[in-house]
Formats: sequence, C-alpha cells, structure tokens
Amino acid sequence: MWKYISKRLLIAIPTIILISFAIFFIIQLPEGDYISSYISRMTSEGERFTEADIQALRAQYGLDKPWYAQYFVWMVNIVTKGDFGYSFAYSRPVWSVIMDRLPLTIIVSLTIMIFTYAVSIPIGIYSALHQYSVGDYIFTAIGFLGMAIPNFLLAIILMYTSFKWTGDPLIGLFSTDMLQNGIHFYNIGEFLKHMIIPTIVIGTSGTCKVIRTVRAQMLDESVKQYTLTARAKGVSERVITYKYCLRAALNPVVSGLASSLSSIFSGSTISAIVMNLAIQGPVLYDALKVQDMYLAGTILLVQAILIIIGTLISDIVLAALDPRIRLAERGA
Amino acid sequence: MALFKKKEKNNEDYYLASQWTLMGRKLVKHRLARISMFILGFLYISALFANFIAPYNLTAYDSKYMNLQPTKVHMFHEGNFEGPFVYGIDVERDAKTKQKIYVENDEVYKVQFFVKGSEYKLLGLFKTDRHLFGVEEGGKIFLFGADSMGRDLFSRMFLGSQISLTIPFVGASISFILGLLLGGISGYFGGMVDNVIQRVIEVLSSLPTIPLWMALSAAIPANISVVKVYLYITIILSFISWTGLARVVRGKFISLRNEDFVMAAKLAGVTDFKIILKHLVPGFLGYLIVNVTLEIPSMIIGETSMSFLGLGIRSPATSWGVLLEETKTITSIATYPWRLIPLFAVILTVLAFNFLGDGLRDAADPYK
Repeated sequence: MWKYISKRLLIAIPTIILISFAIFFIIQLPEGDYISSYISRMTSEGERFTEADIQALRAQYGLDKPWYAQYFVWMVNIVTKGDFGYSFAYSRPVWSVIMDRLPLTIIVSLTIMIFTYAVSIPIGIYSALHQYSVGDYIFTAIGFLGMAIPNFLLAIILMYTSFKWTGDPLIGLFSTDMLQNGIHFYNIGEFLKHMIIPTIVIGTSGTCKVIRTVRAQMLDESVKQYTLTARAKGVSERVITYKYCLRAALNPVVSGLASSLSSIFSGSTISAIVMNLAIQGPVLYDALKVQDMYLAGTILLVQAILIIIGTLISDIVLAALDPRIRLAERGA
Repeated sequence: MALFKKKEKNNEDYYLASQWTLMGRKLVKHRLARISMFILGFLYISALFANFIAPYNLTAYDSKYMNLQPTKVHMFHEGNFEGPFVYGIDVERDAKTKQKIYVENDEVYKVQFFVKGSEYKLLGLFKTDRHLFGVEEGGKIFLFGADSMGRDLFSRMFLGSQISLTIPFVGASISFILGLLLGGISGYFGGMVDNVIQRVIEVLSSLPTIPLWMALSAAIPANISVVKVYLYITIILSFISWTGLARVVRGKFISLRNEDFVMAAKLAGVTDFKIILKHLVPGFLGYLIVNVTLEIPSMIIGETSMSFLGLGIRSPATSWGVLLEETKTITSIATYPWRLIPLFAVILTVLAFNFLGDGLRDAADPYK
C-alpha cells in the first residue's frame, strides 16, 4: 500500500511539472503583460510614463525576459525557496494572498462534494429500486433541470427567490453579524444558511451526474447472474442491494471523484463571482484579467495538485471497494 | 393464413435488418427521444429561417422603448372583433419612483403576416424583405419585450439561435474528429505514442475548464470579425472537450485490437489505416455518436458561461448566452423578468439533446 502510494506520488511529479508548464504557457498567451495593463489603467487616470519608466518597471518585475525564462525562474524559486512569486496586483507575495482564501475554498469545496455524494447516492439507489415510479421521474426531472440551467443563472434565480421569501438574498458566505462580530459558535448557523445556495448551485450538475450513474449501474447490476444466484439461495433483498449491487455500482462514481473536484473548481469560479463568495474563484478571475501571472499560475497549480491528490484518493478507495483491484502488486 | 405469413415476413425483416435499421427502429420507439427529435428539428429549422421569423434585424433598436415589457396581442377593441392587433405605447413617468413606465394607448395597429420589413438574405441565398409577421406602420411589436437598448428580444432570440445551436454542433464535430483520431492512434499503436497522448490528456483534464477558457479567449485578438470570433470560440470549446472521447476510443481500441478478426485482417495484408476505419470503428460508432450527442448540451451551457464572463460573441451579433448575460444581476431579474425567456430556449434544447442521447444509447445497445 505505502509502496504504491509513494510510487504514485513519484509519477505525479513529472505530471505536475508538465501541468505547470502548460499553465504558464496558457497564461502568457494573451497579448501584453501585467505592466501593459497596469500602464493603460494608469494613463487613463492621467499618469504619464516614458519608455524608460516602462522598461524599468518590466526589469523590476522580471517581465523583460522571455516567458520560458520567467517560468524557469518561477519554478526554481518554488522548488528551492518555496517562493511562489510576487502578486503585482496585491503587492504581496503570492502565497500570502492564496492563504487568505485557501482554507475557506477547501471547506466550501469539500462541503459541496460531501453534499453531492450524500444526496445523490441514496437518490440514485431509490430511483433504481423504484424504476419508473413517480419519485424516479421527479428526481430525474430535477436532475435534468439542474443540468440544463447555467450555474450563474441558477444562482441569481435562487438568490432572488430567497430575497422574495425571507428578505435576505444571502449574498456572500457570512452574515453581517459574522462580519462585524467575528465568527462564533452561536452564528455558525448563519454560515450554514449562506452555504445553501452555493451548495445547490455548484453541486447540482455533479449531483445529477452521480444520480444517473448510480441509477444506471444499479439497474445493470440487478439483472446480473450473481444477483440472481444470491436471490435464488435466499439472500435478503437488503443484502443484495447494499452489499452486492451497490458495491459494484459505486465503482464509476468513485473513479469520477477527481473530475468532479475539477468541475467544482470550475463551477465555483462563475458562481462565486455572482454570489460574491470569498473563495479563490474571483481572485483567479481577476488575476487572469489583469495578467497577474504568478498569482493566477499558483492558484491553477494548487487546484491541479488537489485534483491529482483526488485521483490518487479515488484509486485507493477503488481498491478498497473492489477486491479485484490490487494496488500493491500492480504498483510494484 | 395471411396474417401468419405477414408476421413471418416481419420476422425475416428483423433478422435481415442492418444494425443501423435496428437502431433507427428502436430510437423511434423511444417516446422521449421521438419528441426530442421533433423539438430539435423545429429549433434547427427556425434557426435556419430566423431572419424570416424575426420581425426586426440584429442592428434594429429604438431607444424610446428601452426595457419595454412584452407587448400584449389583443383580439377585441371596445367589444368589436378586430383580429390580432397591438395598441400603441405611450411613455410615462411613475408618479412616485420617477421611473419610465409604458402604457398602452388606444391606437390600433393590426398584426399582419408576410409583411415587408428590413432586407435580408433568406438561407443566405435569396434577397427578400418579407417577414413572417409585423404590425402596421407606426406600431411596434415586442412579443418577448425589449432589452436595455430597445431591441426586440423575440427577434434576437431567434437570430441568436443561429449561433447558439451551431457552435455546439460544429464544436462537437471537431472534438469528435480529434478524439477519434488521437484516441485511435493512442489505443491502436500503444507504446511511446500512447504515453505521450495520455500525458497530454491528463494535463488538459487536470486544468479546470473556466480558467482555460478565460486564458484562451483572452488570446483571441480584439477587432476581428464576428465570424472569426465564432470560429475561435468553437475551437476553444472543442479543444477542451475532446479528451473524454479520446479516452473512450482508446479503451475500445485496446480491447478490440487483440481480437481474432483484426489478426486475420493483418495476416491478409490489410493496411493499419484500413483496419482502423473498416474493421474497428464500425464496432463502436454507435457508442461514439451517443457520446457526441451528450457532449452538445454541455457545449451549449459552456457557450452561455463564456458569454457571461464576457468572453463570447460580441455585440451586435448575439447568442443565447449574450442575451442571458443581461440577467446577471438580481435587480434585472426583479424588474425585467421577461429577460429570462431565452433561458427556456436553453433548457428546452439541453433537455432535448439529453433525451435524444438517452434514446440513442438505448437504441445502440444491442442487448436491450
């Protein structure tokens, strides 16, 4: 087991290097750099720059070198000094900007993920056990609708509904009380209330995908020979459903873990902009817009690494779930 | 006896039918898929004739009617049957809020069919100025209301469908070709090539899509024609989505390439290219088509998200995403709820493609 994990982590290193290279390449693709967008903002406010000023600024930030040289310096600093570069827009080291929001981002993403699985797996089982029942149709319809409405619109519609019903559109993650008096035990409920809309909005698309997978898999498993055998020898329906079929049905769900993490990151970017959530999405969006490249690059890198860790976890869970998969032997 | 004969003939039909005929038959039996096909057919035909259906063209606007609510079509004027008509609109100020409000006056403008309007090219070929409907000179008809520049939402929704319905189609085709080609090469040849392609896929799918869109569309040069922006967006969307398909194709190739019939073909001296195209691909083409159909709805949603971030089609050209972008604040939904109408078009299309994909999947499965 440990051998397998360490081997997988070793394989992940070249992948991460490749990803970081791709990220850096993509970020520098748009014309201009932070200095040019900075200067155009400053000139619109009436400042004047000479060509020499601009050159000096570029040299100061290391932007005068070609992009692959910048990438190399960035990477070397990360590996040797743990220095992720300097955020131009925040005038602070990138890592401190990221740490402002990383814990909350992880909390929000994990909550959404737990919600997705906690809701969709039971619904998927229910839909499979009661195929073509009213409940099955209702869940299918809700699932499809969730998939068909663009995230940002769903967010706005839900905030509007909440405003109509309760007079509070639930913008952001914290209530005014929490912002003024700090987070205490008594107002943690407020936070949970503010999590409802983000969870529904970001979680729905993933939820209905899992519901459909579980439902289809359960239906497939329920007509297989081993189920028939089990039933013939008198195993109770409960055991057949939860111990036999479900275990096999969860296989594709678990292997989709990493991709669902990736879609949560993507989905939360847009939704967080609409709902003004203090997570990393909006920071990334602004960083990409003003070409604050080290900040954008680091956020993307952190997300990619989290996704890779997610893949690893899903492979381990898969092995625990399916005794036919032997990690250690395959890894060794 | 005759009845019996007929049945037997049907049976024979069934056993002799090609795989495609069987698929077609099963698909038609799937009720939701059948309804979806009708809806999609209707949507695509209306997109084809959008210029004819829309009473106004893309550039038409009337600042007098900013944010006008949907026009009501009436039948009776002061108790007399007049046929469909609309009233003229007066602009007033709300006594309390000082906001612009629009009230109907008693001028009657009849709704007419096949009226003369702005000139356009039907199907891009014939010059004409006939529109499906319109109102008498002096009146205005905004069936779905107007936007913040006084443009007719109904017209823009139909004209926008031309872009919103074709981008996913073209995009899915591109990603289909890319996925088939790269997944095929990866699975059939294996070894080093396989490794490289797999790493590329891994890297692409580890990157969250939205930042990728943002960076890639920021790379689209400004000041280029609408058609080119459209082309770029299609390429961006398909560039990201081919990886899933390539994985599937690779898996299929790996499981099929060791089959006896492939070995037999190889021994008979058939070229690799021909083996792939003639012997392997037909084996799972049905499955691939299902995959592409299910790819289209996510591309439609993708297009709206891109427009929301301001990365999509630019004005005066329009798409459903561009129209929905106007609804991105709570106030706009609260005060101008009709702006959400294009959302129903999006939902309808996405659902139709999903159900069609479901039907296709059932039809393509030979064991059902």
